Amino acid sequence: MFRNVAELVELAQSKNVPISEIMIAQEMDFRGSTREQVYNQMKNNLEVMEQAVERGIKEDVRSHSGLTGGDAVLLQEYMKTGNSLSGHMMLDAVSKAIATNEVNAAMGTICATPTAGSAGVVPGTLFAIREKVNPTEEQMVRYLFTSGAFGFVVANNASISGAAGGCQAEVGSATGMAAAAIVELMGGTPEQSSHAFAIALKNMLGLVCDPVAGLVEVPCVKRNAMGASNALVAADMSLAGITSRIPCDEVIDAMYKIGQTMPSALRETAQGGLAATPTGRELEAKIFGVSLDRK
Amino acid sequence: MCQVFFFCKAMLAHIVDFSERSPQGEKSQKSPLFINIAICKDELHLKKGGVNVKFRSVFDIIGPVMIGPSSSHTAGAARIGRVARHLFGREPKSITISLYGSFARTYKGHGTDVALIGGVLDYDTFDERIVNALSIAKEKEIKVRFIEEDAITDHPNTARVSLKDDHGEIELVGISIGGGKIEVIELNGFALGLSGNSPAILVVHNDRFGAIAGVSNTLAKHEINIGHMNVSRKEKGKEALMTIEVDQNIPQVVLDEVELLPNIIQVAKISD
Repeated sequence: MFRNVAELVELAQSKNVPISEIMIAQEMDFRGSTREQVYNQMKNNLEVMEQAVERGIKEDVRSHSGLTGGDAVLLQEYMKTGNSLSGHMMLDAVSKAIATNEVNAAMGTICATPTAGSAGVVPGTLFAIREKVNPTEEQMVRYLFTSGAFGFVVANNASISGAAGGCQAEVGSATGMAAAAIVELMGGTPEQSSHAFAIALKNMLGLVCDPVAGLVEVPCVKRNAMGASNALVAADMSLAGITSRIPCDEVIDAMYKIGQTMPSALRETAQGGLAATPTGRELEAKIFGVSLDRK
Repeated sequence: MCQVFFFCKAMLAHIVDFSERSPQGEKSQKSPLFINIAICKDELHLKKGGVNVKFRSVFDIIGPVMIGPSSSHTAGAARIGRVARHLFGREPKSITISLYGSFARTYKGHGTDVALIGGVLDYDTFDERIVNALSIAKEKEIKVRFIEEDAITDHPNTARVSLKDDHGEIELVGISIGGGKIEVIELNGFALGLSGNSPAILVVHNDRFGAIAGVSNTLAKHEINIGHMNVSRKEKGKEALMTIEVDQNIPQVVLDEVELLPNIIQVAKISD
């Protein structure tokens, strides 16, 4: 059993296997299950993710509040013009991340990765990369195990709860997880995965959880979009040979400590940040019919 | 620790289904005294040293499959409601839920209310009926009451769920610790350390010498390893509660055997 990223990487290196394999083996051991059972459960999660992405990029999904919906479709249309600055692959990942979170906000069915509010980053990147490199089903399932291995360390050594650690704990973790998994899928080493995770999370540190009206919509959907782009860039940087000066586990620890010192108003209470802006308050009042002078 | 704790038979026979949880113990959880203290606190305070590994399955991270929008406020809430339902063992006539911290502030927007009630109606995190749980409860003529509490709790996402009907009531306190994972920290006034990670049994017994040994010997005889055990009592020599988390699922025959032991009043299983 690995307790941190250093141990995870060392295990993978010493056995000469990818990180996904370490996670699969640990899960089999933990559950007393066969490889097939563990694999199939993850495959089922993959299918749920794909359905959410497909729904989000094709249907006009709208949340009950009316705050979010339809943006994934807008991006897909825009991509067809061929004029995008950030490129097809990047925008595809972004729109598929948005798609997942729009479905989530509309109380649709999604797979939490690691949470519902941050459910877009991992599938968004994965299904965009699928268009480019055409991975096997097993590679895609492994992508989720690699993501899960890193998320597992964060959840146990820091937090994946916005109420406990802010958005950095949710979208920040998801971004690191996706970056690490992209590296493995693209043939990088376990160590490169850890650098990608570190680079991605470093750029999410301090991110607060300040949802307007307490809804997992504004700014959550767009934060997943940026998380997906951040993950791709971090993975590319790591695959290019760039390393993180601060080791991955120390970045996770820094995230944990920042979360501890974050005021409660910025941890999913809808009391600070964007939620407390005049427009945020107005939207809240409109949606719930509550008074604007809410404490 | 001073409330009467009573299970009816029907309720005890019920099995709680924690989806995606699984057996096998965590080796580091062998020190009951420390673990119980740790488990009752906010996750922010305990992490270090690997003493209490809360997330033990990759499916805690990649999962659950759920109805949006929030894993902690929707899926976790549904799970808290569902544990209460399964411990109660039947559909209640009245549901009273007190919400604390972030739950109290944001429950409407996150669908925490519909999810909690959906859970009490025995819906899983991915059951689409959750969306309409409040109106379904109304149709069933179940009284539903939510109370927004101002009190500060250890964990920001805390709910106190009280279920009642003509035959009895239970009250439990659940916390949603992120990613859809929950813990039950209190049941009818008894402090609990139920993580939902492992199968567990609850044993109501008379506070007499040998009662605990009897239960642990029976489990040992069936080669069931105890990962974590906690004993609470109202007062010396009266009724007490054992909470035992074990490494593998427990066959009914073992429960029946435990129930026949001297000084044992009731036994309930909470399985994976």
